[in-house]
Amino acid sequence: MASVMFSRRDLLKAGGAVVVSFAFGGSLPRHLDAQTPATGKPLDPSEVDAFLAFHADGTVTVYTGKVDVGTGFRIAVAQMAAEELGIPAQRITVVDGDTGVCPDQGGTGGSTGLTRGGADVRQAAATARQALLGLGAARLNRPANDLTIAGGEVRPTAGGAGVSIAELVGERRFSLKVDAKAPLRDPRQYSVVGQPLPRPDVPAKCSGRHTYVHDFTLAGMLHARVIRPAAIGATLQSVDESSIRGIPDVRLVRIENFLALVGKDEWSVVKAAGALKTTWSEGRPLPGSDGLDRWTRTAAIDRDQTVVNRGDATAAIGSAATTVSATYFWPFQSHASLGPCCAVADVKGDAATVWSSSQGTHGLRANLSKVFGLSVDKVRVVFLDGAGSYGTNGGDHVAADAVLLSKTVGQPVRVQWSRQDETGWDPKGPQQLLDIRAGVDAGGRIVGWDTQMWLPNQTGGARALLAAEASGISQEHGTGAGAITQNGDPPYQADNVRVMVHWTKEVPLQLSNLRAPGKIANVFAVESFTDELAAAAGVDAVSFRLDRLTDPRAIEAIRRTAQAFNWQPRKSPNPRTGEGGVFEGRGIAYMRYKQAENYVAIAMDVAVRPATGRIEVRRVVCAHDCGLIVNPDALKNQVEGCIVQTLSRALHEEVTFDRARVTSVDWASYPILRFPEAPQVDVILIDRPDQPLLGAGEAATAPVAAALANAVFDATGVRLRTVPFTQERVKAALAVDRKSTAVL
Amino acid sequence: MAKYAFRLNGRAVSAESWDPAQPLLYVLRGPFSLHGTKFGCGLGQCGACTVLMDGKAVRSCMTPISRAAGHAITTIEGLTTNDTPHKVQAAFVAEQAAQCGYCTSGMIMTAAAFLSATPSPTIEQAKAGLAGNLCRCGTHTRILRAVVRASKA
Repeated sequence: MASVMFSRRDLLKAGGAVVVSFAFGGSLPRHLDAQTPATGKPLDPSEVDAFLAFHADGTVTVYTGKVDVGTGFRIAVAQMAAEELGIPAQRITVVDGDTGVCPDQGGTGGSTGLTRGGADVRQAAATARQALLGLGAARLNRPANDLTIAGGEVRPTAGGAGVSIAELVGERRFSLKVDAKAPLRDPRQYSVVGQPLPRPDVPAKCSGRHTYVHDFTLAGMLHARVIRPAAIGATLQSVDESSIRGIPDVRLVRIENFLALVGKDEWSVVKAAGALKTTWSEGRPLPGSDGLDRWTRTAAIDRDQTVVNRGDATAAIGSAATTVSATYFWPFQSHASLGPCCAVADVKGDAATVWSSSQGTHGLRANLSKVFGLSVDKVRVVFLDGAGSYGTNGGDHVAADAVLLSKTVGQPVRVQWSRQDETGWDPKGPQQLLDIRAGVDAGGRIVGWDTQMWLPNQTGGARALLAAEASGISQEHGTGAGAITQNGDPPYQADNVRVMVHWTKEVPLQLSNLRAPGKIANVFAVESFTDELAAAAGVDAVSFRLDRLTDPRAIEAIRRTAQAFNWQPRKSPNPRTGEGGVFEGRGIAYMRYKQAENYVAIAMDVAVRPATGRIEVRRVVCAHDCGLIVNPDALKNQVEGCIVQTLSRALHEEVTFDRARVTSVDWASYPILRFPEAPQVDVILIDRPDQPLLGAGEAATAPVAAALANAVFDATGVRLRTVPFTQERVKAALAVDRKSTAVL
Repeated sequence: MAKYAFRLNGRAVSAESWDPAQPLLYVLRGPFSLHGTKFGCGLGQCGACTVLMDGKAVRSCMTPISRAAGHAITTIEGLTTNDTPHKVQAAFVAEQAAQCGYCTSGMIMTAAAFLSATPSPTIEQAKAGLAGNLCRCGTHTRILRAVVRASKA
């Protein structure tokens, strides 16, 4: 159970600046050894008691099925509850993702942590508020309308003695349905929501005392490493047990093609895993990552799907004065969590407790129960923090490894994936190929826009767990990667628009949702292409966009970015060399997330070194509008992270694989951005207290790659249309005619 | 089993190991239950397992226990000897320079060693000083701010 206690000192705030008094050395209170699922606590999300527990000491526990994966979700949801309840945020403890005590609110994805998770808690708190006012009215013998809640007390609005919430309900249940119509506090009166309260987990993370799933231990627990096949889908032909003779206290566990080493001493297990000699059959042949864009274009198609169709784009483009077209490609990418995934499982008969950093503990519980023949009502998945996951990384797989091993050896088992396991075997974000064509009339109006996407097929059902697959257990084979077709249409005025998806039959690597699924590549294509249209028309990139937008929030996001960036209107490209012969330029990109949520505009300054092909991003400016802001500092942290992480993905990241297996398996073969490349990042938050709040864990990722490509084009005249923009690729591109429009 | 004596967070300790090549990381996290030092790659590529050996930053995943013997090891838990945070820890908290926080221990240990050698770094020097440490969440700008803040503390 990941629970967080706020200390009053942690939450001190003075003069607008965040001042933190360090609750040092104090580890967070946890109840990690909870074994049995049945606590009797209501879990039905229609019940107030599913979300809230009021304690006799005046503190409140909030339970939520959504989890904090380093995003600041816990502090934000505590603020939302505090605001409705009239209880200081520091008296609220958030327990997230423990299926034994937290209601199922769906997985933590799609930026729904606050929009669903937080909103459910808020409505339960608003319902509780009305009930508390009623209880207070009876106790104080005054009409409820004359009462308010502040400082943890129900008291007369006009002043006078009140009664504490603890006294009214402490340790008792409400037994009350959540009232969808319970009035919410007026945002104009907010005093907690909107404050940059520091995250309660940060001090313990800085003192080394925060408990990650990697740090959790149980009495009698064994350590384990799983030996993955030499090729995807290969079968195990032989194991040479003599190869690990001499390594003390290590047991080999084999179930068909599932092979693992277990033992009391972690190092013995790690050493044995490295020493063990095995032979494997050939696997399922893969297309290989070399030339994957061409493979994708010619792959057999399962079906075509039109996802946007307004007017007749084909006809409009056919009769347009000018036609522009281009092709963009985004490779497979890994979540590449900094800490390889880990899980602990304790299986006893058909019951189990699993400690996991999964972003979807309820879903994992259901799937583990089904696959491994456990009674779902006797399975509890307890969330503990992991390394940032950014979607479904190897966390569900490692939990399955642990369950299978604990079930087999009859003891609690901790499985720690290796670096190569995590980078090689985490489910991947898919490759994406896009063709875009547009027709423009003599006046510059976009009369037709057509996006064609080639994407690996999406079939329903749970993702196949590696442990079950290897051990011959039947299971589902879903290939879902999230809502990967969104944002394929332009956010700009265009008379006729079509977005069509060609779903390829073959899915080369196992897929999952990777941060802002699909939308990063789609916006890369759409916003690069928009820049190409602006350049072809000889119009400034900001003006081109503003001229084709009417939504004031969109316009403001772009204007605020341009203003903070000191954007000077002019045509692009504008090749000019600065100090040391580097090319310097600027680019901008804009999008509205899912065409329905956040408005984000990003501009950046880059320098390109022709001798090496190295791109240096010097400064990034981002205006971000996600409606009502709950915690501006935690939000800024997310937006900054979205930007820097996506720069890494755009500059460096590509999963490579040969005919047999993934070959990018560590930080040398799957490099990510390092500190010397870190740009200055200036984030402008546009707060809209009168608008619904929107999730912010993903949106700012989407315009990054296009802004980067647009800046490189501005600097060099060379258009990069294939990610990643590695030094080799950029150098090669600069070597050819800079005016060439060939796909680079 | 061979016994290896060293100083750990100011105390004289010893650890037994059947393997002189056993990385210090597993000794710290296992018998000593010091979980602040993180396993990130086991390859010396990411810096999550950074500790101080005689005041210098080293990768505990690449430091055999036999090499640590006779030296003074400091982990994140021992960076301060009382309840007052080290200036680098205080700066990281003040800047809220963490997201998932998995790299944070290694970042702080690297930064502490770096600032001992370079007390007043420029931002470019700070970037170079942290070049061997990876952050996947993209918290780089805040971490750099924290290092600069610590240098002024």
